[in-house]
Amino acid sequence: MEFNQSLYRKRQVANVVGLTLSMVSMLIGLAVLMWILFVLLSKGFAGIDLNILTQDTPAPGTEGGGLRNAIVGSLLMVGFTVLFSTPIGVLAGIYLSEYGDRSKTAELTRFITDIMLSAPSIVLGLFVYTLAVATMGGFSGWAGTLALSLIAVPVVVRTTENMMRLVPGGLREAAFALGAPRWKVAVMISLRAARSGVITGLLLAIARISGETAPLLFTALNNQFFSADMTQPMANLPVVIFQFAMSPYDNWIRLAWGGALLITFAVLVLNIVARVFFREKTGH
Amino acid sequence: MRPMMETIARRQRIQDVLFHRVTQVFSLLVLVALAGIIASLFINAWPTFQKFGVRFLWYVEWDIVNEEFGAAIAIVGTLASAGIALVMAVPLAFGIALFLTETCPVWLRRPMGTAIELLAAVPSIIYGMFGLFIFAPLFADYFQMPIQKLMAGMPMIGFLFGGPTNGMGILAAGIVLAFMVLPFVAAVMRDVFEIVPPILRESAYGLGCTTWEVVHHIVLPYTQKGVVGGIMLGLGRALGETMAVTFVIGNANRMPTSLFSPGTSIAATLANEFGEAADFHISALYALGFLLFVITFVVLALAKWMIVRAEKAKGV
Repeated sequence: MEFNQSLYRKRQVANVVGLTLSMVSMLIGLAVLMWILFVLLSKGFAGIDLNILTQDTPAPGTEGGGLRNAIVGSLLMVGFTVLFSTPIGVLAGIYLSEYGDRSKTAELTRFITDIMLSAPSIVLGLFVYTLAVATMGGFSGWAGTLALSLIAVPVVVRTTENMMRLVPGGLREAAFALGAPRWKVAVMISLRAARSGVITGLLLAIARISGETAPLLFTALNNQFFSADMTQPMANLPVVIFQFAMSPYDNWIRLAWGGALLITFAVLVLNIVARVFFREKTGH
Repeated sequence: MRPMMETIARRQRIQDVLFHRVTQVFSLLVLVALAGIIASLFINAWPTFQKFGVRFLWYVEWDIVNEEFGAAIAIVGTLASAGIALVMAVPLAFGIALFLTETCPVWLRRPMGTAIELLAAVPSIIYGMFGLFIFAPLFADYFQMPIQKLMAGMPMIGFLFGGPTNGMGILAAGIVLAFMVLPFVAAVMRDVFEIVPPILRESAYGLGCTTWEVVHHIVLPYTQKGVVGGIMLGLGRALGETMAVTFVIGNANRMPTSLFSPGTSIAATLANEFGEAADFHISALYALGFLLFVITFVVLALAKWMIVRAEKAKGV
């Protein structure tokens, strides 16, 4: 049989070119990540000193200043968001995994939750503005918390459901055979078995909302001064970064980079911790 | 004994029903939130829709002083920047997914995959700052100026590269967005590539196919719907992104005339103007928000539908 050299060569060339291009795109992806991290580290450390934790955001034109009020505001809002969205998200997730197999509403809920995961966050901010800010007299930390919860809940719902579905049916059946009622099986068997997955989902939800800026613009707004009053406008890192980065003042821009480094560092650490934790607890 | 057992059984039945209903109510909250979002946006946007009608969609005007509002400028900016982002991100994401599933040594797969997922976790405001302070100056000096010199006299396409070369504009926003959606699209593509049954791949290799041919003729046709779903998911993200775009798009309420000219997107307009808007202006902004939500909802719903179909097919 005659061996077709030119066809063989052509196929080989196509293969090498294709695979090289794919490796190049992987390198581009990695390079972008490294570049962003490098810029953050070099610019961010220049903006970070002890004052960042002890002083509040500076007034226009004044020297120095820190991010204390913004850090505290972000922690408060994220903390309350976790407090509210954990029970809501976990209970909804339990429903979808334990009762939601044959129900059309559950299927619709699942579909909508998935869409809400990627819905434009600025529109959620608009919604909370009409719901809470316009009706209850002004911007507040609570409004910001509500906006963040709208983002966090779908994340918690979906991870809870997915993790509980991984629990083997035999475990549930064993509990039923012992005469356990359904709610006990759901809470004490399925949820407990899926605990590490649910915690992973929570950590990812925290990472997701920590950097969200758009939904806070018209809800928590910003506050130049220190305030732990959730009914008042509240400073928070993302909005401070946004305003300071767009400003003409050098020290503001430096603080914005410092804040950017803090947030990215927190988000990446949360992501890595979530992954390591999940792998260790479940062996996946 | 018997009466006690009955009371216990009754109590458990009541507890069960309660638990069922309570969890159900919480899961329905998601639907309530969605209905609330659509209703509140629509009600607040109603004065604008009433005044301009369908014309709002293609009316090229955003005049706050005279209260003349049209969505065309923002829609064009949104679609153009998201379109540019996809054109750049999709081939790269495909390459990354191919690398992670076919060529990457097994011990490297997890760290590489994690790196891409970390890229997806970086908050969008960081991409925005990165775009404004680092990318835009480099883009102006090393891309916009040389390209403009080269292309300025060209007939037909020369106009695309006109305008200011300060590093901002539609194209710059598109590129920053591309970096942002790249990891999302790559992650979905990798996941669907992995559901191709090994036996299909192995048969193709057994016939003497090269890796590239396996991907081109086996993996891609098999995962078509999932790949398209992943692209649509990236599109949904790109359309609704606020921060990464606001920093670099230039924020000008003018119809962009070239790839370099500043423009605005729906999300960027909302971020810039909503805080200081009053009266009719607010309603026009709500109308923009309503349009954005409807557009992304449709795109994301299609994406979801396609990914689900792709995953169902894995049982074949």
